[in-house]
Amino acid sequence: MFYRQAGDFKTTYRDDIQTFPLKQDRWGYYIVLAIAFLVVPFFINDYWTSAVMLPFLIYAIASLGLNILTGYCGQVSLGTGGFLAVGAYACYKIMTAFPDLNIFIVVLLSGVITAAVGMLFGIPSLRIKGFYLAVATLAAQFFLVWLFNKVPWFYNNSASGQISAPERSMFGFAVTGPNADAPVRYLFCLTFLVLLAWVARNLTRGRLGRSWMAIRDMDIAAEIIGVNPLKSKLSAFAVSSFFIGVAGALFFSVYLGAVEVGEAFGITQSFLVLFMIIIGGLGSIFGSFAGAAFLVLVPVLLKNIMVNWLGWPTDIAVHIEFMVVGGLIVLFLIAEPHGLAQLWRLAKDKFLLWPFPH
Amino acid sequence: MSPDVLYTIEVILNGLMAGVMYSLVALGFVLIFKASGIFNYAQGVMALFAAMTLVGIQNGQVPFSHLINAIFGTHIHHFGWQLPAIVAILLTVVVMIIFAILVERLVLKHLVNQEPIILFMATIGLAYFMEGFGDLMWGSEIKTLDVGLPQGASLALEEYTLKWAAEGSEYYGMYLDKLDMVAALVALALVITLSLFSQYTKTGRALRAVADDHQAALSVGISLRKIWVITWCIAGVVAMVAGVMWGSKSGVQFSLSLIALKALPVLILGGFTSIPGAIIGGLIIGVGEKLFEYSIGPLIGGATENWFAYVLALFFLVFRPQGLFGDKIIERV
Amino acid sequence: MNYGTKMASGIEPGAELLRIENISLSFGGVKALTDVSFDIQRGEVRAIIGPNGAGKSSMLNVINGFYHPQVGEVWYCGEKRKGIKPHQIAHQGIARTFQNIALFKGMSTLDNIMTGRSTHMSANMLSQAIWRGAAEKEEIKNRRYVEEIIDFLEIQSIRKTPVGRLPYGLQKRVELGRALAAEPVLLLLDEPMAGMNVEEKEDMSRFILDVQSEFGTTIAIIEHDMGVVMDISDRLVVLDYGKKIGDGTPEEIRNNQAVIDAYLGVPHE
Repeated sequence: MFYRQAGDFKTTYRDDIQTFPLKQDRWGYYIVLAIAFLVVPFFINDYWTSAVMLPFLIYAIASLGLNILTGYCGQVSLGTGGFLAVGAYACYKIMTAFPDLNIFIVVLLSGVITAAVGMLFGIPSLRIKGFYLAVATLAAQFFLVWLFNKVPWFYNNSASGQISAPERSMFGFAVTGPNADAPVRYLFCLTFLVLLAWVARNLTRGRLGRSWMAIRDMDIAAEIIGVNPLKSKLSAFAVSSFFIGVAGALFFSVYLGAVEVGEAFGITQSFLVLFMIIIGGLGSIFGSFAGAAFLVLVPVLLKNIMVNWLGWPTDIAVHIEFMVVGGLIVLFLIAEPHGLAQLWRLAKDKFLLWPFPH
Repeated sequence: MSPDVLYTIEVILNGLMAGVMYSLVALGFVLIFKASGIFNYAQGVMALFAAMTLVGIQNGQVPFSHLINAIFGTHIHHFGWQLPAIVAILLTVVVMIIFAILVERLVLKHLVNQEPIILFMATIGLAYFMEGFGDLMWGSEIKTLDVGLPQGASLALEEYTLKWAAEGSEYYGMYLDKLDMVAALVALALVITLSLFSQYTKTGRALRAVADDHQAALSVGISLRKIWVITWCIAGVVAMVAGVMWGSKSGVQFSLSLIALKALPVLILGGFTSIPGAIIGGLIIGVGEKLFEYSIGPLIGGATENWFAYVLALFFLVFRPQGLFGDKIIERV
Repeated sequence: MNYGTKMASGIEPGAELLRIENISLSFGGVKALTDVSFDIQRGEVRAIIGPNGAGKSSMLNVINGFYHPQVGEVWYCGEKRKGIKPHQIAHQGIARTFQNIALFKGMSTLDNIMTGRSTHMSANMLSQAIWRGAAEKEEIKNRRYVEEIIDFLEIQSIRKTPVGRLPYGLQKRVELGRALAAEPVLLLLDEPMAGMNVEEKEDMSRFILDVQSEFGTTIAIIEHDMGVVMDISDRLVVLDYGKKIGDGTPEEIRNNQAVIDAYLGVPHE
């Protein structure tokens, strides 16, 4: 009843191409933003921050990044874990080399460095596609992890081989290090997510986004009508890696505080983020959020049910989690290849027409 | 001969043996890819699952015992019998066949005509599912697999090669694992059996027809679904063989499925549709990574086997995307 | 005005726009084109006809740089072409449609046609990331042009429909729209009427003639329907087994013995 297109006329092209053409959607978006920034910080505690909120925010950034590459540009990557590691180690090196640099800038620079590395590993995409490329990106995954493990310069020769984040603050609040409070860490990550989601939306709706999708849908035709495949693919790799690098930097500095590269950024991370965008919806900004939220919440939920409620041992819960996640991937690919985002769209379309069926 | 040369020969031989193992996994990939155009990421986990099942059946483990114990508060673990290896192997083959049928019924049937990359991602999901399922069924601890294959170094070879080295030099003979040699023989036997099967049986001809052209095969009355079940069965058996070999060598554990990932670069080198390609690709990767680790590894910190295969594949892809044996790809519009 | 329009600005209607000189193309041992030469004049409708497998599509692929002939030269706007990529050729003002529809299936009609406008857009990545300002202005300017094409092709109602869902005839029309959006100097049409019924063919013919007269676009067209080809084209090239067997006005082609033989199937000596 209240959710209607009727009467909401667009008189300029600018109105027509805005992100939320429907008035109600626009308001919904503002309300969600207001709650996220003004209400949530007063209610979250440490458990919720580290179990749900921070992983969600950070994985959402990584999913946005991978979705740009895989969902929009059609280049499947299994190297996400490696690029997260680049972001983390770039962040660590910059933090320790320039202690006075603002942490916000540090995280952005980590993204820039990861973008450069991503472009380097994106070069093979100019010659190969599909799962050939997926295998090539595995090289990034295994090589990068090995590199950070074996070259002491990257972890400043620390005896444990770990890297840990020193304390850095913004506006007088500690953002990283053991003294950082939950709401501050949450807001710091949230700011990055909102900013980057906005950037992702802008890039995907304009010329660059169309050239990515054109390459995805039919690369030869795209080239013949004037899309430069080199620029499109490498820009997709760069933007995607930038996002993933920022996520890696936040993952290390704000979320975990200390990481060991093989554990934190192994191949399972690559799959996890890939699963997020499959379940959420390939080629959808909303899908990146939905997929990240879903796969962060499912294990928490399963663990709560099986371990805390039924009292089963944790390893059984982990095995069942694997089965559930794997099963869901297959199920989504069979039943709804466009993921949660498509379900959401269908629900909205139904609601627009309600109470009429067609 | 100087010990250095002998060492190098030993490294190459060991590389060849490791390569045989990769080839075994790659073989399963090729079979499925040829018959259905599916790049089956789960092949490695299938090997792991088969090995786990084999150990479980052999030791009379109760399936899902952890789960049953958790739900009912019982303490069951074993039936209390020990089966002979050959019976356990046959039962494992049955399990893999049931698995193949289920995969076709529950997954493949619903994904016909999807893009290859979607199918690829579906098999990643399948791999995750199987990993959880296998652990839930048989427990996730590292198991020793023993079906009576010879273990340890071949002493005869060691003694024999000792004579090759120059008098007085420090050399203790060539080290080769007996198990590796058995694996090489088994792989050879497997490849011969498979080629005979596909050349001289009716099902084999149907398999080749489907590999060439799905539509044409359908039009002469070959049932695609039946062929798929058969290929997944064969791939399951090949996975079991690979699982048994790997498992006997280094224990049945999760890392088995990661080692199996190395079959992917093997395929890039050998091509996705060529059985000889899979074998030769496997050997190249095996020898290449052992030689690289032996010669350059110590200079850059070692453990280069983690990534060498992938980086080699990457360079290969950039300069010769069609693989060693593939034809040049002509794109059309 | 983009690079392509500028490049062709010195070429008067009726003057030579593109010249194919002694082109030979083969794949492995298979010869697709053998020593083919012809020209296309600015503003004309030039048809390339011939039986199946005559090398017509290969010819278009040579013209837009997708295939590189082993022998021969391509001259465009008075310049000899050397080693450039298909997307650069698109920037020189050559656009095309495909025999088997090659639309971007996951995108809407509007986005497909907007993609055809790529050669007219240049906002950098940073300004696109921020959107407000240069990128938005450019987007709106080009949207205005695309809307003109949508009007011209009468496809307003499917503007936001994903093209994968459209019927065949409409998809062909969207593809034409995508090519037109580039404001091409030379438009290559590869069997634009294949698989259409008479009514759809009439519509398409009208669009093609309108494009020629309204935008002054030069058109090279491959088409099997002889009735249509003879009606709409100014001059024709006839290919058979990769060789040119006829070149001239519809009237001349009709009376060309070699062409008649090729179509009636006289055995090769």
